[in-house]
Amino acid sequence: MFIQQLLNGIMLGSTYALIAISFTLLMGILNMLNFAIGEVFMLGAIFGLTFVNLGLSIYVAFPLAMLCTGCVCLVIERFSFRPLRNAPPLVPLLSTIGFSILFQNTAENIWGTERSQFPQWMEPVDFHVGPVLISSTQLIILTAALLFMVGLDLFIQRTRIGRGMRAVAENIETANILGVDSNLIISTAFFVSGALAGASGILFGLSFSIVSPFMGMELGIKGIAAMIVGGMGNIRGAIVGGMLIGIIEVLSVGYFGALARDFAVYGALFLALVIRPQGILGMIQAEKERI
Amino acid sequence: MSSYYLDLFSALGLNILLALSVYCPMATGQLSLGNAGFMAIGAYVSAILVVHLHVPLFVTLIAGGVMAGIVGILVGFPVLRLRGVFLAMATLGFGEIVRNFFMNFLESLTGGAYGFRGIGDTPISITWIWGWVIFFLIFFFFLSRSRLGLAMIATHDDDTVSELIGINIVRLKIGAFGLGAFIAGVAGGLYAHYYLYIEPEFFNVWKSIYMVLFVIMGGMLTFWGGVLGASIFTLLPELTRVLQDWRGAFFGVVIIGLMIARPSGLITREILRLDFWLPSPKESKP
Amino acid sequence: MNKTSILALSRVCKNFGGLIAVDDLSLKVSSGQICGLIGPNGGGKTTVFNMITGVYPCLRGSIHLEDVDIRSMKSYRITRLGIARTFQTIRLFPNLSTLEHVLIGQNFLARSRIGGFPSLGRTDKINLRGQAEEILNLLGIWEVRHRKAITLPYGSQRKVEIARALATRPKLLLLDEPTAGMNIRETEELLKIISKIRGLGNTILVIEHDMKFVMGICDYIFVLNFGKKIAEGTPEEISQNKRVIEAYLGRED
Repeated sequence: MFIQQLLNGIMLGSTYALIAISFTLLMGILNMLNFAIGEVFMLGAIFGLTFVNLGLSIYVAFPLAMLCTGCVCLVIERFSFRPLRNAPPLVPLLSTIGFSILFQNTAENIWGTERSQFPQWMEPVDFHVGPVLISSTQLIILTAALLFMVGLDLFIQRTRIGRGMRAVAENIETANILGVDSNLIISTAFFVSGALAGASGILFGLSFSIVSPFMGMELGIKGIAAMIVGGMGNIRGAIVGGMLIGIIEVLSVGYFGALARDFAVYGALFLALVIRPQGILGMIQAEKERI
Repeated sequence: MSSYYLDLFSALGLNILLALSVYCPMATGQLSLGNAGFMAIGAYVSAILVVHLHVPLFVTLIAGGVMAGIVGILVGFPVLRLRGVFLAMATLGFGEIVRNFFMNFLESLTGGAYGFRGIGDTPISITWIWGWVIFFLIFFFFLSRSRLGLAMIATHDDDTVSELIGINIVRLKIGAFGLGAFIAGVAGGLYAHYYLYIEPEFFNVWKSIYMVLFVIMGGMLTFWGGVLGASIFTLLPELTRVLQDWRGAFFGVVIIGLMIARPSGLITREILRLDFWLPSPKESKP
Repeated sequence: MNKTSILALSRVCKNFGGLIAVDDLSLKVSSGQICGLIGPNGGGKTTVFNMITGVYPCLRGSIHLEDVDIRSMKSYRITRLGIARTFQTIRLFPNLSTLEHVLIGQNFLARSRIGGFPSLGRTDKINLRGQAEEILNLLGIWEVRHRKAITLPYGSQRKVEIARALATRPKLLLLDEPTAGMNIRETEELLKIISKIRGLGNTILVIEHDMKFVMGICDYIFVLNFGKKIAEGTPEEISQNKRVIEAYLGRED
């Protein structure tokens, strides 16, 4: 029973992990919180569903939707980051909050306020692995999520652009001097961040059969919680944090009932900020700098 | 006055109070994205006291505000050291905790997630709301002209340096945070007794965000900014049907543009000074 | 001259992680003196200021203001007891005018009259306003008192910073590289102003790199290198001290 809960927690946690990675990518490189990622997540699911309803197969709709959300994030870069490079950090945050409202309201008006779900795209087969029940759908989704996570980690560690990102994260001037094209890096980071959030949205929609214009905010906040708990500016921290939050949520429902579900998550966010803002693996300073 | 306008201006009054509740901590440099939580505390406390304990209305408004204020001070302490974005996230988390609390606990008293109906028999009149609005506007007017108000601006600008010129920034910031919570709590109580129905879902993150947007849009550095922002947000969409449905998108775009063009908002301190408007005296060229 | 000690540091140490910033430092500043704190860059001088003013906790050694141990006090209390400072990079309040910078420095003075509440009494107000006017005139910034301080030229901004510190009526004024970024004319002007400030009864401790300035105005000098005091004495003694010359080897100005 516990193992089943753990598995469910990991399923949920991998969604949170992907969103957390989207947040942490920009946080680590630019010290900027892109509040709109939650809504980009929602847009991913909405785009994905729209493409599927237009007749495309899920295997085409998925990457296409990711492309779209990646581009959406580039728009955010253009208006919330580029002109505000030298502004105090709260200003870009507020700007992305503006985008958040814009996306949510637009989605509400264009796609309607009802919940929908993805049509079934394959015959689910249930597997029994020891005491645990897992359907083939879940397995595929989990695998996809894990592939994304591992893929991104490798991308950051092994590729040239990934190294560029780490360089910019350390010190943007030094990176420039060393020949890193920081503008390209930044744009890439925004695009990847958006694509991942979109991917997470579709995976979530497929796993939990929910697609609605209102799903962005709650998942966004939980993604932020995951990022903070795991440690900001750190991909692995985001993964750890995401899994942790997912497991916390599922376990608290299992043992304390539905009442405790969000309590535990938001409680974790609040406590993490108050006790150890840099998170488990974190590196960014969250407390006031002195002189 | 027709009931349409009464409702409109009541909503305006409440929005102004909420804007002031956010302005107060913001004036000391603290961005609170959780004031809907304080509003909820005020609303529920006030409603419970009236419905179950038959306490006089005015007393319950104060009680709701004070309860919210106390929680505000308690929350203010641990989040004191957090830098801007992180403080915002902590308050966000707090607001959600409060909403969840009222969704899941005290159900026998409040109806939980299904909402609290029948708060009193008749709604309060608009004068209740605007009485409080006028009170707080006068309060902030005098505050802005006092040394305490100056200390708030200094703390907002640079709290480390402020501490080094003798200002007790801990007391100032927590006080501002708690006062903001108090105002939100009073607004919550007024809301509960005007609409006679509240539910936890109402006091969500969007509510907190919109309150912050009033202040950002209208001007972050003076209390009139929140008044202007609340007014624009409440009154402008009444002009067109389209704007009402797309209200969010419209304000989202306004915020995005504003952050690029004029991040301090529409009203700045300069605009409020008389000499801003007068032609400048001839300055002697060196 | 009255030799009461205003500031006394005794065996003060500070390290960050493994890095020793201040190493077993002891010094005394007497009432009415202008003392210089000099030394090559990275010598720990600003760290000393930060410890005196409570920005960094001082875990070893002691710091006394007159006879009060201020080692573990919060910054605002230390300021209220009588220590004020300026900063290496000018830190003004972006939203305040010149006059308001002086007024804000007086804030806690206004409150202290009537047990914590901001004083609204007539006489208090006039007194403080009068003091503010004096300070602004002393520094030569009365004319620009209503302008936003950050719009002023660099030299004037420095003066505003000093005015703000003076407004707190300190017993001890800490100046962190006041002449940084100034030209010769501005530096000379500052020299005169600091003399005047001392003449009014203040005690001053200055961190500086401009040797002419230091030699010109200081009564007594402490030399720090890598956080250790390597010499102290009058300007004449210091200028002839071998260790000091060595530490600065190759450096002019």
